[in-house]
Amino acid sequence: MLSRYPYSSILREMERLQNEMNRLFGSFPSWERIAPSYPAMNMWVNEESIILTAELPGVQSENLDIQVVGDTLKLSGERKAEDLPEGARVHRRERGCGKFTRAIQLPYEIDADKIEAVFEKGVLKVTLPRAEASKPRKITVKAG
Amino acid sequence: MKEEPKDLEVTKEEVKTSEGTERTRDRRAYIPRANIYETNDHIVIVADMPGVDEKSVDIRLEKNELTINGYVEEESYEGHSLMYAEYGIGDYQRTFIIPNEIDRDKIEAKIKDGVLRLTLPKADQLRTRVIDVKAG
Repeated sequence: MLSRYPYSSILREMERLQNEMNRLFGSFPSWERIAPSYPAMNMWVNEESIILTAELPGVQSENLDIQVVGDTLKLSGERKAEDLPEGARVHRRERGCGKFTRAIQLPYEIDADKIEAVFEKGVLKVTLPRAEASKPRKITVKAG
Repeated sequence: MKEEPKDLEVTKEEVKTSEGTERTRDRRAYIPRANIYETNDHIVIVADMPGVDEKSVDIRLEKNELTINGYVEEESYEGHSLMYAEYGIGDYQRTFIIPNEIDRDKIEAKIKDGVLRLTLPKADQLRTRVIDVKAG
């Protein structure tokens, strides 16, 4: 049975169960506090750089602010509410809006001058190159 | 008129398939969050589909079912490994039943910054009319 599913499917299933549990118990305030702050982020890392991504559909880049101090990145911004025409009747309102701010700890110090941010199709991608000073050094061992 | 605020939500909801059925694409599929409002002459659907643009969205109207599909490529960065993930990436799928009063040939769709906006105009003869009442 297990061989039928790749490893990632099992993780997905676990995540789905967890989401289901969160939804079922969601009305208790103690569960709500566990939720990570907005926006959810993914972090890709290697020895040279970090890539952070976040989904921010409908946010304008001028309403987005990225700051890096040492090894902490702060992302803040606002998703503005939509202007509705006069007399519109609302049938569904699932899209959230408002101000957000979150700080994220990076695995190493980065070179703040070389940060690159691309914001396309509502997906933010920030590339953070590692600071020279924090790069691991290879120590050559001499014989003798 | 400003929309009443709704809090920002962090998690995405996955599309549920019924027991025993599977999707043909080996990708997750999420339900795009949507706002829907109606005015006297149209219905507007606004849906969040981050990662989707005009080339990767497919909208179909069959009978009175309007189906939105958005396809998102798997994310991966050369030489980088995913250290942690707070959100999943996958396609978007959602179906709405639209009322008969909609003029099917005049549905318009636009997508910008990962937000899809569908404008569904009501057919002229079916529009709600306000009848003036005269004294006498």
